[in-house]
Amino acid sequence: MTRKHTKPSLFLLATFLLFSSLYGQDGPLEGIEIHGNFEVYAQTYNEDSLIGAPNVPQKSGVNSFANFIATKGAFSAGARIESYMPPVQGFSANYGIQPVGVPYRYARFEKDKLDITVGNFYEQFGSGMILRSYEERALGLDNALDGLRVKYSPIPGIYLKGLVGNQRFYWQKSTGYIRAFDGEVSFNELIEKFNTSQLRISIGGSFVSKYEKKGITNLEIPENVGSWAGRTQLNYGGFSVLAEYVYKINDPNADNHYIYKPGQGILISTTYSRKGFGVNLTAKSIDNMHFRSNRDAQLNDLFISYLPALSRQHTYNLATTLYPYATQPAGEIGIQGDIIYKIKKGSKLGGKYGTTIQGNFAMINSLDTHQISNSTALDAEVYLPNDPNRTGYTANLWTFGKKVYYRDYNIEIDRKFSKSFKLKTTYIYMVSNTDVTLGTALGENVYSHIGVLDGLFKLASKHSLRTELQHMWTEQDKGNWAFVMLEYGYSPHWFVTVLNQYNYGNPNKILRLNYPTAQVAYVNKANRISLAYGRQRAGIFCVGGVCRPVPAANGFTISITSSF
Amino acid sequence: MRTLLLTIATALCISSAVYSQESGRTIPNVAVKTLDNATFQTGDITNDGKPIIINFWATWCSPCKRELNAIAENYEDWQEETGVKLVAISIDDARNMHKVKPYVDGQSWEYDVYIDPNADFKRAMNVNNVPHTFLIDGNGHIVWQHNAYNPGDEEELYELVQKLAAGEPIE
Repeated sequence: MTRKHTKPSLFLLATFLLFSSLYGQDGPLEGIEIHGNFEVYAQTYNEDSLIGAPNVPQKSGVNSFANFIATKGAFSAGARIESYMPPVQGFSANYGIQPVGVPYRYARFEKDKLDITVGNFYEQFGSGMILRSYEERALGLDNALDGLRVKYSPIPGIYLKGLVGNQRFYWQKSTGYIRAFDGEVSFNELIEKFNTSQLRISIGGSFVSKYEKKGITNLEIPENVGSWAGRTQLNYGGFSVLAEYVYKINDPNADNHYIYKPGQGILISTTYSRKGFGVNLTAKSIDNMHFRSNRDAQLNDLFISYLPALSRQHTYNLATTLYPYATQPAGEIGIQGDIIYKIKKGSKLGGKYGTTIQGNFAMINSLDTHQISNSTALDAEVYLPNDPNRTGYTANLWTFGKKVYYRDYNIEIDRKFSKSFKLKTTYIYMVSNTDVTLGTALGENVYSHIGVLDGLFKLASKHSLRTELQHMWTEQDKGNWAFVMLEYGYSPHWFVTVLNQYNYGNPNKILRLNYPTAQVAYVNKANRISLAYGRQRAGIFCVGGVCRPVPAANGFTISITSSF
Repeated sequence: MRTLLLTIATALCISSAVYSQESGRTIPNVAVKTLDNATFQTGDITNDGKPIIINFWATWCSPCKRELNAIAENYEDWQEETGVKLVAISIDDARNMHKVKPYVDGQSWEYDVYIDPNADFKRAMNVNNVPHTFLIDGNGHIVWQHNAYNPGDEEELYELVQKLAAGEPIE
């Protein structure tokens, strides 16, 4: 399914050595700028059978990254060295296949509205529903394209992009190729007399095609799968509306049990805001939108499309890692509302410094579908008399199905009481169908209430203390949780944090465990180093609706980041 | 052997990079989005020879919001006294990018705000994680940067802005 990377490292080495040795001398490379950033994330592992931390034979994991970008005038070139010795627990073992390498390198030329990249690049069309290649290092996710991309803006207001490439698959590449084109027209930039108009309109369209050889199967498989998308955005004063639609022709794949049903998705988002007030309402519906450059890929591998989750991205530990929402590309429908209001300072309600209130709700269900063939029959890959076209099911893109996937109602009040005290109070009510979204087998939805008190005390001019008290009430799964955190900050260099999570409400008394952690971090300009020791609870770490299970661990964690 | 070569190359790169800091890097040119969804080139960030603060943040990043809200309380004074401009780059992706404008307006921020939904500018500026703050002098050179936020950091930042505005070296 994949082919080996060619070996770019020697070429790169030569390039960098050349850059480095010539740097500073008079010559064509004078004035070249080289910059980069590093990241090291390392963990040690003690066996801790109570929390489920296994005996890791290597006793440690180290992920590290180093990015370099060299720029001179219109030219730039960059590379990333990655190393996994071995991968940190929870990251795909596929990263461990090669301890060190250069999976990402490119050269770019950009002048006179023409922008050409050869090698690796990241790209997004519209909101990414049709195509998004991106990296989310904390999730171990990187589907960078490798090939050629050209961007061109022939006249103001017209933006064109074309690309060909295959995707990164850990240390390998997809065998499937992607060819894609995107165009966007901004009428206000295009037509001079509308340049300063209050009304702003833009439209865009994309076409994405993937080619992948037919594998071993009894079915007729389309080797070329085309997909198109259209989008428009309209702004008027503080008001805006965005609509985006994506359609994919039949694309039999492992996710949809090799059916010949087309996929589609729609996203509509409206916003109104003025000083001190903002509101956003978004609706989304997707059906059969697993769009990958390999039809047998699993998990988060080799996605071409990106389907963002339609719910608030929480930041508090108990709300983020226990029952989060993960997008269901097979089909889901939902709405989300978000509101923010700032009560003026000096007013009776707002207090001396003002108070900010934020509210949010998300309701996500299954799509309204009707099965024609069940998955067992489909998996047999035989002729199905009741479903001769093998379309699997019918779906109504505009109708909520009966199954609740996720509910989230939350409110947050942020108030500064005095120069030395701020308090943020949060309440969240969540309903999670984790059997669907996270693949658990609870047989019931998890109903949870979460309360958070987040206090910030300014002790002296550079000294501060932040406290987080969190509590989750639930009768399902692991029961109630309490969380407490103290974080002492000494600006600009030091952070000292202690925290504990306590699952005191676990129905199984043996599992009523504490998860204490202590951490020290030192920051100097763009360098940060932190050392932590403690128990890490098994949980789910998500960004943008894409999740990675984090296994339980007990030991040290060291993190170093640096930019230069 | 390969590892050794890579290490050597890395070391060389670092030495070159550190050396190149002296001249100061300019802002790389990458396309980002305005809050009205128009395309904006980061190479066009200017402030008439006055200092610029570029701050990377996200709506889901609590310390980022603490920092920008803390600066917002004094931003008017900062602008009056030094002419500084703060450019806030949201790295919110498609999941949250529609919430950026309501949030910015809701908090009554007066910053220039752009959205970098696929982290192109973040990558070009070699940002590891948010919040990350850059200081740009009157000649468009990046002269200082800082990662993370501790309450009180904004005081140090403003001292540096004042030095820059007065034409003093900040080191």
